[in-house]
Amino acid sequence: MSLLVKTIVRFILFILLQFYVLDKIHLQQMMVTPYLYFLFILWLPFKMQRAWVMLLGFALGFTLDSFRHHPGFHAAACVLIAYVRPFLINFMIPQEGAETNYEAPSVKSMGGLLPYMIFAGTLCLLHNAWLFLLEAWQFGNVWYFLVKTLLSTAISLVLIVITELIFVRKQKFKTNTI
Amino acid sequence: MRNIFLFIRRYFNFLLFLLLQVLSIYFIVHYSKYHQAMFGSTANRITGKVNSEYNKIEYYFQLKRTNDSLVKANEALYNKLKADFNLPDTVSKTVVDTMKIDSITQYRTLNYLNAKVVSNSVNFKNNYIVIAGANVKKFKPSMGIIDVNNNAVGVITEVSGDYAVVMSMLHKDSKINGKLMKTGETGTVTWDGTSPNILTLSGIPKSAKIVKGDSVITSGFSTYFPKGILIGRIDEINSEKSTSNYTIKLRSSADFYNLQYVYAIINYQQEEINKLLDKQTKQN
Repeated sequence: MSLLVKTIVRFILFILLQFYVLDKIHLQQMMVTPYLYFLFILWLPFKMQRAWVMLLGFALGFTLDSFRHHPGFHAAACVLIAYVRPFLINFMIPQEGAETNYEAPSVKSMGGLLPYMIFAGTLCLLHNAWLFLLEAWQFGNVWYFLVKTLLSTAISLVLIVITELIFVRKQKFKTNTI
Repeated sequence: MRNIFLFIRRYFNFLLFLLLQVLSIYFIVHYSKYHQAMFGSTANRITGKVNSEYNKIEYYFQLKRTNDSLVKANEALYNKLKADFNLPDTVSKTVVDTMKIDSITQYRTLNYLNAKVVSNSVNFKNNYIVIAGANVKKFKPSMGIIDVNNNAVGVITEVSGDYAVVMSMLHKDSKINGKLMKTGETGTVTWDGTSPNILTLSGIPKSAKIVKGDSVITSGFSTYFPKGILIGRIDEINSEKSTSNYTIKLRSSADFYNLQYVYAIINYQQEEINKLLDKQTKQN
């Protein structure tokens, strides 16, 4: 599958999964929503230009917002993690030239589960914090915001691990040496 | 000039990031006020179509519950039939939803039109319900929505051809005029954004005699809902220390988790009342 087709299919599947499955789950007391759709941004290739990543992030967030009839919240959060992602990749990539050897971030290309989870966890925390901060502007309750952010991040991370276990993305080792 | 271009090229990513963030925040701030934004209607049409396809599947799984609530609504209507009552004398007074101008002609003031819920949420900060159906073309913004058992649900905010978006009572901007059925004090029903099915009633003076379990109905002061539609029952009574008002937690009578059919209330006097109010505000 070419990159374009793969991206479009993933985009649609993540939006549908988020809105029709995960958004229907509500834990009664905490009002925690499990978020997974931003994994789309995490899975974009290393080589993609940052401007494109940000525009795709904006489109992703805006689409989800359209379903929820209040645009802006998810778009802002997605743009933030799309902007931060390359910094984090540079910081986290362990072996020399992993960006060129592998196509996209995964457990294998990041060099183990722990670095990948730190990568995913940081972006997840940023996404949730920014999203809930924008929402809390209107309701305003610091403790509620903190607890909600941390719990949502934990649930999202569990979902990310499950997704990575179920859908193993084959990462071909592309070598530069001939 | 050259320096400006160099600057833009150098910080292109950062500038794009700022631009997109500002755009997002602009949407957040402005969308809640102006629902008729350019993209609103188009996006609504597309998501509405996807939602109605999805609802065809989801609806199947809720048939039993929907049927139960329709049976209950039917029962309530049967019990209101005139034939059920034995009148002690010939003077009967029926006041339903019509207004008598003189003794001969009757004017319809309210009309109930049904619609199918295609999308509904309870667990966000701002919840919306999307409705579809043949009657949607007659709907206009700021019409009240009730569920099949005559409980208040929300107010229409946006209409686009085949779909209408309803601001659920579980929304931070939702303000509905409520009234205590027993004593008649009025207040405002809002939602604090924490737990679905728990609403807040504020503005009830401490002089009011209230007990847990009292019914709160719509006051009829706003044109969204006619008087007497059940909003909820009192669950918890807190007295505010600094003011002379109570803050009351209500358990909403509408089951927001399970909405399949709703009715929109067309108030034929709405326009007239609003025109009068507008005139009044212009004069002041």
